[in-house]
Amino acid sequence: MSSILKVKDLHVSVEETPILRGVDLEIKQGEIHALMGPNGSGKSTLAYALAGHPKYEITKGSIHIDDVDILELDPSGRARQGLFLAFQYPVTIPGVKVADFLRHAVSNIRNPERKEGEGLIPMREYRKELRSRMEELGMDPEFARRYLNEGFSGGEKKRMEILQLAMLQPRFALLDETDSGLDSDAVRVVSEGLNRLAGSEMGVLIITHHERLLEFNKPHFTHVMLGGRIVETGDAALAHELHANGYASVRERHPQAAQEQQQADQSKVENQEVPSGA
Amino acid sequence: MVTATSDSYTREAFETFLAGRDEPDWMTDQRRQAFEAYRGLLETPLDLEEYKRVDARTFRPSRYHLQEKSADETGVDTLMQHRAEYAGQVTHVDGHTKNVSLDLEMAEKGVLFGDLATMLRDHEDKLRPYFMTRAVLPDADRFSAWHAAFWTGGAVLYVPRNVALDRPLHSLIALQTDGAADFSHTLVILEDGAEATLLEETASANNDATGMHVGAVELLVGRNARLRYVQLQNWNHKVYHFAHQCGRVGGNGSLQWTVGGLGSRLAHIHQDVMLDERGAEAQVNGVTFTIERQVLSYYTKQAHNAEDTTSDLLYKEVLRDDSRCIWRGMIRVEPEAQKTDGYQRSDALMLSSTCRADSIPGLEIEADDVRCTHGATGGRVDEEQLFYCMCRGLSRFEAMHVIVEGFFQQVFDRIPTELVRETLSQAVERKLGIGD
Ligand SMILES: Nc1ncnc2c1ncn2[C@@H]1O[C@H](COP(=O)(O)OP(=O)(O)OP(=O)(O)O)[C@@H](O)[C@H]1O
Ligand SMILES: [Mg+2]
Repeated sequence: MSSILKVKDLHVSVEETPILRGVDLEIKQGEIHALMGPNGSGKSTLAYALAGHPKYEITKGSIHIDDVDILELDPSGRARQGLFLAFQYPVTIPGVKVADFLRHAVSNIRNPERKEGEGLIPMREYRKELRSRMEELGMDPEFARRYLNEGFSGGEKKRMEILQLAMLQPRFALLDETDSGLDSDAVRVVSEGLNRLAGSEMGVLIITHHERLLEFNKPHFTHVMLGGRIVETGDAALAHELHANGYASVRERHPQAAQEQQQADQSKVENQEVPSGA
Repeated sequence: MVTATSDSYTREAFETFLAGRDEPDWMTDQRRQAFEAYRGLLETPLDLEEYKRVDARTFRPSRYHLQEKSADETGVDTLMQHRAEYAGQVTHVDGHTKNVSLDLEMAEKGVLFGDLATMLRDHEDKLRPYFMTRAVLPDADRFSAWHAAFWTGGAVLYVPRNVALDRPLHSLIALQTDGAADFSHTLVILEDGAEATLLEETASANNDATGMHVGAVELLVGRNARLRYVQLQNWNHKVYHFAHQCGRVGGNGSLQWTVGGLGSRLAHIHQDVMLDERGAEAQVNGVTFTIERQVLSYYTKQAHNAEDTTSDLLYKEVLRDDSRCIWRGMIRVEPEAQKTDGYQRSDALMLSSTCRADSIPGLEIEADDVRCTHGATGGRVDEEQLFYCMCRGLSRFEAMHVIVEGFFQQVFDRIPTELVRETLSQAVERKLGIGD
């Protein structure tokens, strides 16, 4: 049976400021969705809220994977339900080797009932698997011994996110601008990698400002976010059109969301100016 | 403020102690002098800069007594004793020597390894010139004087000129009887060109026995000599620990000193490294992990006494619950110590909102052509790091533990001896409540 990720009327605030104002979205396993929208429209906020970041407060609405209420779970529980977020800005964890970190991760995701201290997945088979996934993504095996994201270039960090995706094989993957900061060769490697990984078992939400990733992974649906809402949904052609012509026509078609977006952007600027002016 | 007046350490008690020891006159004289110094120093306030942050009001010296008889050893929880093939081992329990061994081959090369009292008597010519004369001085403060008057067991390692030990030595200092006082002393002498590694650990036989350690460590590293010394302090949480520890390094000699601070109720350690001649270098690594109501305090000094000397100190402290860790560091550069390269850093990671870390670096520089850097950081576990780990399926605790181990990794990376790295990391895991 194919699973479904259902987001209903989702409202999210950050530090009392409403950011998402009613997002509805359904992703089935095997589907690819593109999420586009201007800077600050709330795309990452949606991704973080889905993953369970404590700063993003759900004020209304629901998130389910099939019958499981995701909002009841902490980020670890959500990951163990098969939800994966590739970060727009991956975090550095000093002193923690990639291989060790991922071994814990893989052990928990494959055995969601696992408690800390219980057995990790056997070293030999794990090493072998990690090695071949790295090879497929054109990564130097040395990376397994490096500390997670420490001293990594922007592109290397993104590749590391995809490696984790490959190892964890989630039911639903959210990719937040995984294609930005990559040179064109790297975009190709990542795109091909995703294409290989995203079969009928994976639902994918690709947040992007570019087209390359979508060329390799043709979206079944394209959503446009503005002012904290999904204001339009179309097919791959919509992504292409937005990429070619920008968001002006979207703003025209949705004046209220455009205005709310503008207000949010402005208050952001004003808030930032207070400390420097004071 | 620390007070150390006590019925157990009165003049009568001291005389009784001396009468039971059967020691050569010079040793007795040295003890008597130290005792007089101790009496005087009890009246003298302790150096505020060093002790003002250490609240030892719960410490009652009179509760702890020298043990006349040695207890039968009942399985001390050692982390290192059985983990490697050592060139020699020595064990002390409640201030008494239990076992001594040394490879015949090493003994034939003139290496001395064993218990302090016996060694000082049998090899006075070699050892006496160093014993509490150059590194730890009896009259430094009341703790050093107290120690110098009442020292009991302890390990001695003496390595003659140009002799290199290819395997490490191990020393275990254990407390077993409830209320026992331990005054053990570690004396390491490497003659010019000698090389050795000594792994020392302090441990308790059980979790309930109260105890006190007033110790001293003296490390004398000759010219072109190389010493690696590890002290892993792993008492139970009822032990009070005070120690003066000092390493001195001669020309082009090198000292690598690793400190693990895991145990004790309250500990204060005065740790000096002195770079006495051109080209001398010292690396100091500290790993501490306090939980519950533990208090660990370190006062470290890197003294550059000659030109072209290098010191590099890194302490990493993890704290949890209501524990406290204090690190006060100082780099001191004498006027003649041009071209000094000195570094000190302490990083504290706090896992609870009720623990407290104080890291206070300091520089005193009298020379003008030097490079000295210092730094101290303190902070809580980063929520973004935790979130990231949890997004990969790690529970919050597991994430915390992974981050803690990563935090220590930076020190582990400086330690070449795998056994030491592994032991420390395993000790940390145990304290985190994972692993065996
Ligand atoms: N942690 C946060 N703290 C404060 N403000 C936040 C936080 N996260 C998001 N916001 C605000 O919410 C709004 C939406 O931000 P979000 O990052 O979701 O946008 P985005 O669509 O991902 O933009 P971009 O295309 O630039 O990545 C912005 O105004 C942003 O400043
Ligand atoms: Mg974003």
